[in-house]
Amino acid sequence: MSLIALTNIARRYQMGTETIHALRDVTLNIDRGEYVAIMGPSGSGKSTLMNLLGCLDSPTEGEFVLNGVKVSEMDDNDLAEVRNREIGFVFQSFNLLPRSDALHNVELPLIYSGMPSDKRREQALGALQNVGLGDRIHHRPNEMSGGQRQRVAIARALVNNPSIILADEPTGNLDSKTGEEIMALFEALSEKGNTIIVVTHEEDVARHARRIVRIRDGLIASDEAVRKTEREAVPA
Amino acid sequence: MRVFSEIYEGLRISLAALRANKMRSALATIGIVIGVVTVTLMNTAINGINEAFKQNIAALGSDVLFVQRWPWMMNSHEEWVKVSRRKEVTWQQYETVAREMTLAKAIAPGAGVDRPVKYKNRQSNSVGIIGSNEQSDQTMSLTVREGRYLTAAESEGGRPIAVLGYQVATNLFIGESPLGKKIKAGGQTLEVVGVLEPKGTFLGEFSWDNRIVVPVRFLANAYRFRNDYEIQVKAISQEKLKEAEEELRGIMRRARRLRPGEADDFAINQQEMFLTTFNRVAGMIAAGGIFITSLSLFVGGIGIMNIMFVSVAERTREIGIRKAIGAKRRAILLQFLSEAAGICLLGGLLGLGIATGAMYGIRKFIPATMSLNIILIAIGVSVVTGLVSGFLPAWRAARMNPVDALRAE
Repeated sequence: MSLIALTNIARRYQMGTETIHALRDVTLNIDRGEYVAIMGPSGSGKSTLMNLLGCLDSPTEGEFVLNGVKVSEMDDNDLAEVRNREIGFVFQSFNLLPRSDALHNVELPLIYSGMPSDKRREQALGALQNVGLGDRIHHRPNEMSGGQRQRVAIARALVNNPSIILADEPTGNLDSKTGEEIMALFEALSEKGNTIIVVTHEEDVARHARRIVRIRDGLIASDEAVRKTEREAVPA
Repeated sequence: MRVFSEIYEGLRISLAALRANKMRSALATIGIVIGVVTVTLMNTAINGINEAFKQNIAALGSDVLFVQRWPWMMNSHEEWVKVSRRKEVTWQQYETVAREMTLAKAIAPGAGVDRPVKYKNRQSNSVGIIGSNEQSDQTMSLTVREGRYLTAAESEGGRPIAVLGYQVATNLFIGESPLGKKIKAGGQTLEVVGVLEPKGTFLGEFSWDNRIVVPVRFLANAYRFRNDYEIQVKAISQEKLKEAEEELRGIMRRARRLRPGEADDFAINQQEMFLTTFNRVAGMIAAGGIFITSLSLFVGGIGIMNIMFVSVAERTREIGIRKAIGAKRRAILLQFLSEAAGICLLGGLLGLGIATGAMYGIRKFIPATMSLNIILIAIGVSVVTGLVSGFLPAWRAARMNPVDALRAE
């Protein structure tokens, strides 16, 4: 069974008297361990799809089964628990808490899952060491470079051992060299068996994935595997 | 377990937020500080007045009945006119009561005149001279400091002796013991046999200690005192007070030849009458005080609510992040509630500090103390104000849609 199973998903918004069809009819399956890029121009519905995949939003129609659990009809609080357990977010603008140091930022998901503090600290420390920031744990976001901030965010996404890592334009606020470093980190995570979904509009970023899903006008326009040669064509 | 770490996280964040917005938090707290200062001082003042009153009233003795022509409390002028036409309470009536009462531990007559009292060249101008018997130390709750009280034989025989109130003794005798000395009271020579412990003043008006006690027979003869006695009856126990009152009423009605159905033409006064009246007045003062303090707390609470709305709006994105990461509504609610309660608690502690300082000033007028109760009330009130006024903003934060919140700048 697929880790993610979207069946005939539609999402509509009401803007005054006008109804916006952000997603019309999307059916998509993603298996455990896949590395998928979701692409599309702005207004295509890819952000809506990402919000649905991240359980930040619920579909108007259709069924979403995540890890064997039907999440499409859950309420706000249950979705929060699913996000906490199943999903690690990496955002374009990092979205770290500005007044907290790296360690506390990474601990945050564990606080909401109710882990005791000593174990929490240990696990957060491990996650920061895994992204190469073991010596920066008490730095605040404004004391770190963009790449370091994004790595803190990745550590935060990983700390709960989620089923999916969901990255929204993870390199959008980084220079290309740092962006490549972050993509290399995703590559390594994928090698270790993590399921990764990257939402992007950059071909270079998308080509790191094994599979590219293109969205246009709220529908899946194409869904194809990335050839190995193509991936190796990406400058390292 | 999870709730605790969520509350802890909430407090952590709120402390950080307070630190980051020092000026704003300080201004927001002022309302609460003022509120708590008022609550605390109002409470202390009310307690102090109560305490002062009870200390005063205790001098009357809680189990003593005073039969008098005049009631201690009158409600109208009509009543006053009626009472002023009553017949006096006579010596014979005292004797009847003394003979017939069974539920009394002590019975004493009371009669009084005001006279100047002299010793050598020192003089007190207006001293209450109380004529009574050997049991009146019990009915008037008096304690002998030096010497002794009247004896039964002395009060029967009407010997010219006196027991001095503390103030009289200290005014007239400087550097010598009054015992055995002769004083002049309204032209009569009296030998001092005892001095009483100080009793203080009654409601700040007259002093219990500016009196001397002499045998009632002596008073009647020497000062030609005829009528309007007071009959003091100390009940055998506090529990039997009501029964004793009824027995006393029956004896008095017979002694004054009242027909059944006729109203009493005398009063049986007791401490409780003061207490009842006082409690009514004190209750009104307290209600007024609570109203005023709750107004000031209300204003303070509005300030907190405002600042919390600002805080929530400013941190919309943070709320989005927390929700994305798995914070449930409860966690967000707790975070902002603990922030509001934290601000208010800080204000409360500050207010408590100010109130403690102010109390030393108040203490000059009434017995005011900072009790544990008042501290707990102040802390409780400030935290509750925080929780109440923080609820709406916190609820708004908790219900935010994570997608919209994350999009906020």
